[in-house]
Amino acid sequence: MAKKIESAYKKRVDGRAFDELRPIKAKVGVIPSADGSAMYQSGKTRAIAVVRGPRTLHPKHMENPQRGVLRVTYQMMAFSVWDRIKPGTSRRSQEIGKVSEWALGEIVDLDAFPNSVVDVIIQIPQADAGTRVAGINAAVMALAQAGVPMKEMISAIAVGKMDKTLVVDVNKEEEDFEEGEGPTDVPIAITSKSNEIALLQLDGKMSIPELKELIKMAKVACKKINDIQTKALKEPGKEITG
Amino acid sequence: MEERKIVVPGETIIQGEEFLPGDGTRREDKDVVANRYGLAEVSDKLVRVIPLSGVYTPRRGNVIIGKIVNMNYRGWVVDFGTHNNGFLNVAEYPRFINKGELKEYLTFGDVICAKVFSADDTSVDLSVKLRGFGRLNGGQLITINPNKVPRVIGKEGSMVHLIKAATGCEITVGQNGIIWVKSSKVEDELNAKKIINFISENSFVSGLTEKVEEYIKKDLKLEIKDIPKPEPFVEPEFREERNFRDDRGFRGGFRGDRQ
Amino acid sequence: MAEEVIIPNIQRKRILEYLKEGKRFDGRALDEFRELGVEMNISENSEGSCSVKIGNTEVYAGVKMAIVTPYADGPAEGTLSVGMELGPMADDDFQSGPPSIDSIEIARVIDRGIRESKLIDFEKLCIVSGEKVWQVSVDLYAVNNDGNLFDAAGLAAVTALANAKIPVYDEKEGRAKHELSNVSVPIRKENMCFNVTVHKIGDAFVLDPTKEEEAISDFRLSMALGDNDGEPMISAMQKGNSGGITEDDMEKILKLVEDKFSEMFKKFSKIATGK
Repeated sequence: MAKKIESAYKKRVDGRAFDELRPIKAKVGVIPSADGSAMYQSGKTRAIAVVRGPRTLHPKHMENPQRGVLRVTYQMMAFSVWDRIKPGTSRRSQEIGKVSEWALGEIVDLDAFPNSVVDVIIQIPQADAGTRVAGINAAVMALAQAGVPMKEMISAIAVGKMDKTLVVDVNKEEEDFEEGEGPTDVPIAITSKSNEIALLQLDGKMSIPELKELIKMAKVACKKINDIQTKALKEPGKEITG
Repeated sequence: MEERKIVVPGETIIQGEEFLPGDGTRREDKDVVANRYGLAEVSDKLVRVIPLSGVYTPRRGNVIIGKIVNMNYRGWVVDFGTHNNGFLNVAEYPRFINKGELKEYLTFGDVICAKVFSADDTSVDLSVKLRGFGRLNGGQLITINPNKVPRVIGKEGSMVHLIKAATGCEITVGQNGIIWVKSSKVEDELNAKKIINFISENSFVSGLTEKVEEYIKKDLKLEIKDIPKPEPFVEPEFREERNFRDDRGFRGGFRGDRQ
Repeated sequence: MAEEVIIPNIQRKRILEYLKEGKRFDGRALDEFRELGVEMNISENSEGSCSVKIGNTEVYAGVKMAIVTPYADGPAEGTLSVGMELGPMADDDFQSGPPSIDSIEIARVIDRGIRESKLIDFEKLCIVSGEKVWQVSVDLYAVNNDGNLFDAAGLAAVTALANAKIPVYDEKEGRAKHELSNVSVPIRKENMCFNVTVHKIGDAFVLDPTKEEEAISDFRLSMALGDNDGEPMISAMQKGNSGGITEDDMEKILKLVEDKFSEMFKKFSKIATGK
């Protein structure tokens, strides 16, 4: 960063450097009944993704005669957070499913499967912020393992700002940081080869220079995540840490 | 040929304009890049990705095994594990069947071995007219990933032959990953199942045949009997189809053993 | 709800023939369970959680507690709610959406087993009589289905409960803190009970069916079994599917349960309590 800015957030709660990722675990092939499945864990946030299909699409009216449909469902398990989540879909889970679907839709090529659906199911058993990006990271590995044609991979990370400090891989405690300008949360997904932004959301306050800097930081982080996803795919069944 | 290695989508397999992008790859500037997850293979400047997973895409001439899940006055709907069910028209049955009598010949849950005689993105038409096709009686089914089928068949059907020699089973391999095995003893079938699963799990290790032989002898404690290799049967219709096929040539051998 | 899956006729026939000989495709005896496995604490944000495996079948369970107003008929007793999800994560044939009747059935049978066996000491879950009691929620998720989700879910529920702690109650504020106490959820260890399901498949009585076997089951009888001085004590039962139980069937099922009880109970207890 160019100039020194006085920020109320001087040290990260868990002792990480501002651009440091939480410890990552990744494993491909975690659900025996599916052709594609993966686990991605970042700190205490864990996501499991399963791919079902290409298969017949119900309801029929959603069919697309030109290409297959990608359908992403995202769900947090009831006991994944401190305040129990009522099972079933919520507005939040539906929105996250949709933005994840758009992100993943950018890389998958379903031209060969008209009228059918590829279902991606993302479940969060344990959450400590950044669940949607963990879900996307797991889903990409599951899609690849399932043999779905894909142009490239995607890696995702939640970057953010605590008061005026830019940070990578926001955890729950940071999300709740209330001093100064408070917390800003920016989930970003980056494609592995074309280096494009596949998902971008923001909650909080952010200047344009800050945003530019954060996107840069996110891209560096996503490269690291991509290395781990790649390793996990090259050694299915083995837990890769990083 | 160099060692095959697993590549992920978007990964550069090889650089150089002299290389040609084949199945599962694309060119980006000088790079040949993977379009899917699988094993990269470079042979004679042709680069391709051999899928390790994924659904079966029916092609004309393929032999498949499926089950009857529905029927109407025109024929039978066959589920063979893909996103589109196949259709077996009553005219593609080897004898004349009156309307309303379809059930007498093939009914719900019956398993058939059929040939794909036309396939596109939206429909798959099947035939059981030829000798050796039709309902499978007795035995049991084993399901593997369709991408592993070539390894279960082996070169010129050698692997299928090995399984037969070790277990005494009759075996038909469907290109869709459904395999039918039959013996007078269920144990033989279960041994065949174990061997097939072993091949499927180890499908891309080198020296697979030796490993399978070792598995048969040491783990299953079976004897590999010396049984005659059957004459490869090549039906005239199959030959004609060489031109329609976009994969590499036809190898004869057992029914259903096409790479 | 899962669509009806058509089992290939030849497959059905072979399984039945082999069961008739007293044998199963995977080499197990008819009354033999697959290997059991457990992983504790799959969510640190829960009061207690675990993953239970029976062969390739896997179920997650998590316990959450909340302070609620008690029911009028039990002003000094905590409450229990059990939920189960059978979603597409676990099986190609499971659909997304609201709970299917299959998942509701499993949840209710497990709920009854826990309730009727008096496994939980609900009186100890009272904070202020008539005003505040703890509600125990057990949420179950099918992760992978290879048959017998019923028993896997039952074992997972009891295991999560047996290892759960109560959150700290903040008396001043009158609500729960975001922190667990050292106090366990009040479980009467002597009332520990497990769900065991017997299937009739053809002429055979089978425990712990694989998905393939389960698909051709004529009927199933689920039982929540507790230990009464080495003898089984049944706290809940549920017959599933349309096949009728003859007198002879019933004798055989009960004999099977009596014969296998101590062995099964020991194995299940080891998963639930680590001992």
